[in-house]
Amino acid sequence: MSEEREVRDVVAAGSASPGGAAPGAPATANAGAPRAGASGAPAGAAAGPANTDAPAVFTARGLRFTYPRAAAPALDGVDLDVPPGGVYAILGPNGSGKSTLLRVLLGALAPQAGEARYAGRALAEWTPRELARRIGVVPQHEELAFPITVRELVAMGRYPHLGNWRREGEADRAAIEQAMIRCDVLDLADRPLATLSGGERQLVRIARALAQQPETLVLDEPTAALDIRHEMEIFELVAALAAAGGVTVVLVTHNINLAARYASRILLLDRGRVAAEGEPDAVLTRETVERVYRWPVVVERHPGPGRDAGAPQVVALAGEGGGDVRGSKAAE
Amino acid sequence: MSAVTPARADAPGAARTRALRPRSAAGALVLLGVVMAVALVAAVAIGAAGLPLREVVAALAGAGDDTTRAIVRDLRLPRALLAAMTGGALALAGAVFQALLRNPLAEPYVLGVSGGAAVGAVAAIVLGIAALSPWVVPVAALAGALAAIAIVFRIAAAAGRMLDTRVLLLAGVIVGAFFNAVILLLLTFAEAESFRSAVFWMMGSLSGASWSTAALLAVYLLPAGVLLLGLARPLNLLAVGEETALHLGVRVERVKLVAYFVASLLVAASVAACGVIGFIGLIIPHALRLAWGSDHRFLLPASLLAGAAFLLVADTAARTLAAPAELPVGVITALIGVPVFVLLLARRRV
Repeated sequence: MSEEREVRDVVAAGSASPGGAAPGAPATANAGAPRAGASGAPAGAAAGPANTDAPAVFTARGLRFTYPRAAAPALDGVDLDVPPGGVYAILGPNGSGKSTLLRVLLGALAPQAGEARYAGRALAEWTPRELARRIGVVPQHEELAFPITVRELVAMGRYPHLGNWRREGEADRAAIEQAMIRCDVLDLADRPLATLSGGERQLVRIARALAQQPETLVLDEPTAALDIRHEMEIFELVAALAAAGGVTVVLVTHNINLAARYASRILLLDRGRVAAEGEPDAVLTRETVERVYRWPVVVERHPGPGRDAGAPQVVALAGEGGGDVRGSKAAE
Repeated sequence: MSAVTPARADAPGAARTRALRPRSAAGALVLLGVVMAVALVAAVAIGAAGLPLREVVAALAGAGDDTTRAIVRDLRLPRALLAAMTGGALALAGAVFQALLRNPLAEPYVLGVSGGAAVGAVAAIVLGIAALSPWVVPVAALAGALAAIAIVFRIAAAAGRMLDTRVLLLAGVIVGAFFNAVILLLLTFAEAESFRSAVFWMMGSLSGASWSTAALLAVYLLPAGVLLLGLARPLNLLAVGEETALHLGVRVERVKLVAYFVASLLVAASVAACGVIGFIGLIIPHALRLAWGSDHRFLLPASLLAGAAFLLVADTAARTLAAPAELPVGVITALIGVPVFVLLLARRRV
């Protein structure tokens, strides 16, 4: 399985790298540093195995994590390489380990086996503040204990740069305002957060992460419970950040079809293991999706118009179409 | 329960009330500082002896007759300073506990500190060792408070993840209930005289104030205050969520641990100095939040100032309203605090 993955990585790295990756990149990958090569790094940076000057990406090898008193492991030998730039989507059924994987990658959980690294350095070696200066996180769930305004929440993104005592300077104020403009929430600045709609609130939280001026943006189900417009706004926003701003975006989502349209790579988790990894076309095949989600589907092409025309689109079938999958379910 | 208090201050209907108070947090702090200073002067100037202001000023400067000097410099001044520090400490600790437990109903005594202190003090009184020295009751109260902190923390730490706020809250309530039972048991065996003084101790009073108690509290309040004010930003982030705070660079467990211990010790010190004085730690931070919002960079220093001013006023009232008798100051804080608070809550809905 992991060999199969390596091959796919290498193939994908060759075809996906923008501006025609050095023809040498796949070759380098084959020649002994396959993982680093697959991350699309320049051949020079990928040379050494202990790669301290590594690009800003997550890497993980053999991650295992079991929650206390849980019957099955939440992560069961997960390998991963997030290449710099682009949108990296983590998909999988409920309980497949997506959020656990994010927590491990962000240093909030220590894996019982295996190791996760950010920018080539083990997560255990980062202080929370160092990490927060480079990674902006939009968690899935937040519940305010006390009312605050939009600007107050966005300004919290400056904490990793300011610490407990330093005052907001000109640069901080500029970063806060830029982030609010980028997310189109500047006109909400003085509103109490509690008076915002779910979609507005999510944009504000992304603005907070952008105020951190991160090189990597991590979002955990950013569009859960949002309407189409807000969902599209958020995907357009993160795609634009990844394309223009040079930000690496890692997101967990249940929306397979939006991931297929916006993600440059997809990691599909199934019960704590990597079921497939690579470009959307390679991952979202009928067999793979049916096996992982255990529901009959067909995979169509996005009809367009739009620059993402042709992207794979998964359509889950209703009752009658389910005959053969019920069969495959029984077979399991 | 915790997320049901959105600030309506920015709703259009609230514009009128908003204009009546300083817009900025800095302005509010200056205002509270002035109020606190006035309350301090009033607390020194007003008293059962009915001294004219001119004589009070002269006594402070070291002039005037011995009796006036003794009243002003050895009775009123240390008592006023102790009141200011205790009020400030309780309000500050209340604000910190509310942030730490993410619960606007938390108050300084919610984690059992007052119960532990009361067990110590009541035991000292009922067992008759209180008469040995004026220091016996404060020391016993402090020991009881520290024991309560240790027990609650042990329970919370044993229940898995360090300082899970829900476990902490439950442990505090349960330990408090146990201590209450112990107090009632002790009082059952108390003689009439010690029963009375035990009950009075539990109602809280500043009548035991002296320069040494004031100095002792000051020695603790100063570093504790600086430390807690320094946690304002992490507490702001914790109020959004622990996961969020961690990803914004807060060492969540460490901040919670420091905040819990420093605030608890602050409460223990103030309870040892003047017994259990209620309502300040609950109402002052709440009122400030309703008026100016929840930013702890403002809320913590504002709580310190407003708590000081409030207890100064309450204690001055307690000393003078029924002079020469003294009313329990905890009764005054509740009698003033609750209506003011209700008014604030009602106005918020305009």
